Amino acid sequence: MFKILQETLITGIATVAYPDVPAMVSAQFRGRPEFDFKSWRDARPAADVCPTGAIVVSDVVGQADPEGTPPANRRVTVDYGLCVFCGQCADASPEGAVRVTTEFELATYHRAGLMLVADYSLNPDGTHRQFIAEYQAVLTAEDVGNQLSEAVHETLGRSLAIRQVDAGSCNGCEMEIVALNNPIHDIERFGIHFVASPRHADMLLVTGPVTRNMELALQKTYAATPDPKVIVAVGACGISGGIFGTNYASRGGVDATIPVDVYIPGCPPRPEALLYGILLAVGRL
Amino acid sequence: MDLLEELAEKFPDLVSPTQAPHQAVRNQISIALRGPDVRAIAEHFISAYGSRLVAVFAEDRVADESVFYNYYVFEQSGEPTYVILQAPIPADQPNFPSLAAGLPAVNWQEREIQDWFGLEATGHPNPRRVALHDNWPDVHPLRKSFPLREVLPPFEGERHVYRPTLGEGVFQIPVGPVHAGIIEPGHFNFAVAGEPILYLQLRMFYTHKGTEKLFEDMPIHRAVFLAESISGDSAFSHGTAFCQAIETASDIEVPLRARVMRTILLELERVCNHIGDIGAIATDVGFVVANAHASRLRELVVRLNEGLTGSRWLRGMVCVGGVRRTWSLAQRDLLRDTVNHVEREFDSLIALVQSSDSTRDRLEHTGILRPETAKVLGIVGVAGRASGVDLDVRRDHPYAAYDRYPFRVPVYQEGDVLHRMLVRVDEVRESFAILHAAANDLPEGPHCAPPEPVPPGRCALSAVEGWRGEILHWVRTAPGDRLERCKIKDPSVNNWAAIVEAVQGNIIADFPVINKSFNLSYSGTDR
Ligand code: SF4
Repeated sequence: MFKILQETLITGIATVAYPDVPAMVSAQFRGRPEFDFKSWRDARPAADVCPTGAIVVSDVVGQADPEGTPPANRRVTVDYGLCVFCGQCADASPEGAVRVTTEFELATYHRAGLMLVADYSLNPDGTHRQFIAEYQAVLTAEDVGNQLSEAVHETLGRSLAIRQVDAGSCNGCEMEIVALNNPIHDIERFGIHFVASPRHADMLLVTGPVTRNMELALQKTYAATPDPKVIVAVGACGISGGIFGTNYASRGGVDATIPVDVYIPGCPPRPEALLYGILLAVGRL
Repeated sequence: MDLLEELAEKFPDLVSPTQAPHQAVRNQISIALRGPDVRAIAEHFISAYGSRLVAVFAEDRVADESVFYNYYVFEQSGEPTYVILQAPIPADQPNFPSLAAGLPAVNWQEREIQDWFGLEATGHPNPRRVALHDNWPDVHPLRKSFPLREVLPPFEGERHVYRPTLGEGVFQIPVGPVHAGIIEPGHFNFAVAGEPILYLQLRMFYTHKGTEKLFEDMPIHRAVFLAESISGDSAFSHGTAFCQAIETASDIEVPLRARVMRTILLELERVCNHIGDIGAIATDVGFVVANAHASRLRELVVRLNEGLTGSRWLRGMVCVGGVRRTWSLAQRDLLRDTVNHVEREFDSLIALVQSSDSTRDRLEHTGILRPETAKVLGIVGVAGRASGVDLDVRRDHPYAAYDRYPFRVPVYQEGDVLHRMLVRVDEVRESFAILHAAANDLPEGPHCAPPEPVPPGRCALSAVEGWRGEILHWVRTAPGDRLERCKIKDPSVNNWAAIVEAVQGNIIADFPVINKSFNLSYSGTDR
């Protein structure tokens, strides 16, 4: 007993104060890749090396008009919901158009909110001739309707019970979710705790891709969770199916099986990124 | 090739020294057989050479050669070379004689071949489905004729029927696939009489996500990332196993600096997961304070991982030919300082765990896996070494830079939860020694071999001692930086059978700690 107390006293307080103070993130950490669309001369090498197809280049043939605005011949789409934060797009784009940052607070209410789109006209060799426009994906009425209501925030904003569901992940996300409970991240300081049954839960924290073999279990877990409930899709696979995508054994992202309220990108999302997403979901940021 | 001549003499119907395309690359010899019946030759390997059947898997070559192949990988104690038998199975007679009755270690592997390739393991004592659930339609997804992206209609087949366990006061307790803790999904069906467990039936493959088939659909440079997602807690081990297979297939020499860096990262993965497991075992017997310290320590290692690779779980670092980034002097100092610090704290963590008699009381004689049983079931890794199975790929088939650093392989005979924990404790200490030696050694030079196109049609096997145990990858390359086939074997595939044995007669309240002491990968099993 004395030994236990002694160890505890020597150790002192290990818990970090995120989000009140910035997270302790190594300078090496690979977070959100940032795209300077205006200076990007060629997106193809990045799209080529991207392991999950998070960068997509689609070209259309258009007539160049030497006088007026050149037609958009290329659309480049970046989807943070597929990104596994490997940084290869930055390495493949030497002119510095893509930069790896240490940002991780990427959770959103909308799947479309994770996408960036830019249009270009092209040179004959396929490189970008002129940058035309950059769009944040436009939210549909349905997207906005999905935004969690104030009422849900009121009800769940103080003490929150989470049931974690692994619907087919590689166990990477689970390790970070477990780390939320360690003395360093200590999610209980927010009155948030993980419970053993969906019947006691306010939130389902779901990792994917949702396999065909977990589809039914996920639906049943969803049905067993009392209303009001919040569903959070975790990680590239939970958001989009990630590198597994949709195949004979995988249904892809969680929202193909049950409705999702908040998406947390990452592969896996670090504990602070999970915490950010969870707090966002219950309106506590 | 003396072995080949000897086999040709003993099994003239099966082995011809001249005709077949035998192959020898690095630490492996591949012998092409003339037929599918390997029973006699396997028996000979096991009785005459004391070999171990490491893995059995299949490949669909019907389009090119009108046959399927079964591969049987053998390892002989003290011999760094793997022997791989390649047994053809004619497409019009899709069956092969089962070995499972005499070698329970291949039980699931043969059934996986049945389910995924539609090749019948004739004479298998329990030929029910394992890798596809019972409600799936009659499909064989690993056949080349089956499209990867096929969306199957909702499953309407019969669900799995568990064997009844009868008797007065005997109950069945179904658990999962959604568990109470934050762990992966699987189904456990316990038959209990009061508290003691009589019999445990498992259903796995809930996280089957078509991984092996996906490897056939992407360029190799992307597939490295898929390998990292086979089992997220072993991302670096699986990634390395995969890259090594490609390197062997294309005869790439990995520079020494890269091999030392890989060794360091492989050991950090081991340290981080073993510390996590020691804490989790303590939690499952109610010693929560020990887990608080263990998970704090683990976080220190995870942060070191981030400082060295940019990823807390060592992702995106390994690549074909070496590693993606080199280290600065500051990073090397970070490595040294953190390892020193963690090593000191680890000693006090273990002293804390060992100071608790009630903890020892719960762990000792709990969940015993006997050495005889472990051997028969082909148990590998930590679980094997706690039950007398003296195997370690790092020592037996050295890779990366393991031949440069001496280390001890701990082996115990007791086979209980306590000793599975002690194997981890000893291994973490050995890992510290390797980490010190490697950090001091870290030679200058390139961190990656220059990229070269991967030649098509080459086969190679690669093995890595992940923190759980023996990880195998086998590839056949295809034109255009692609793969014809990638077979993955996680140590968990064999080791689930150990849990079934180890829980018998234990009280159901001890199941969590027994399960944790094995800590197997569901995703690695299910793929
Ligand atoms: S960092 Fe993201 S977008 Fe860039 S290559 Fe990697 S997965 Fe693709």
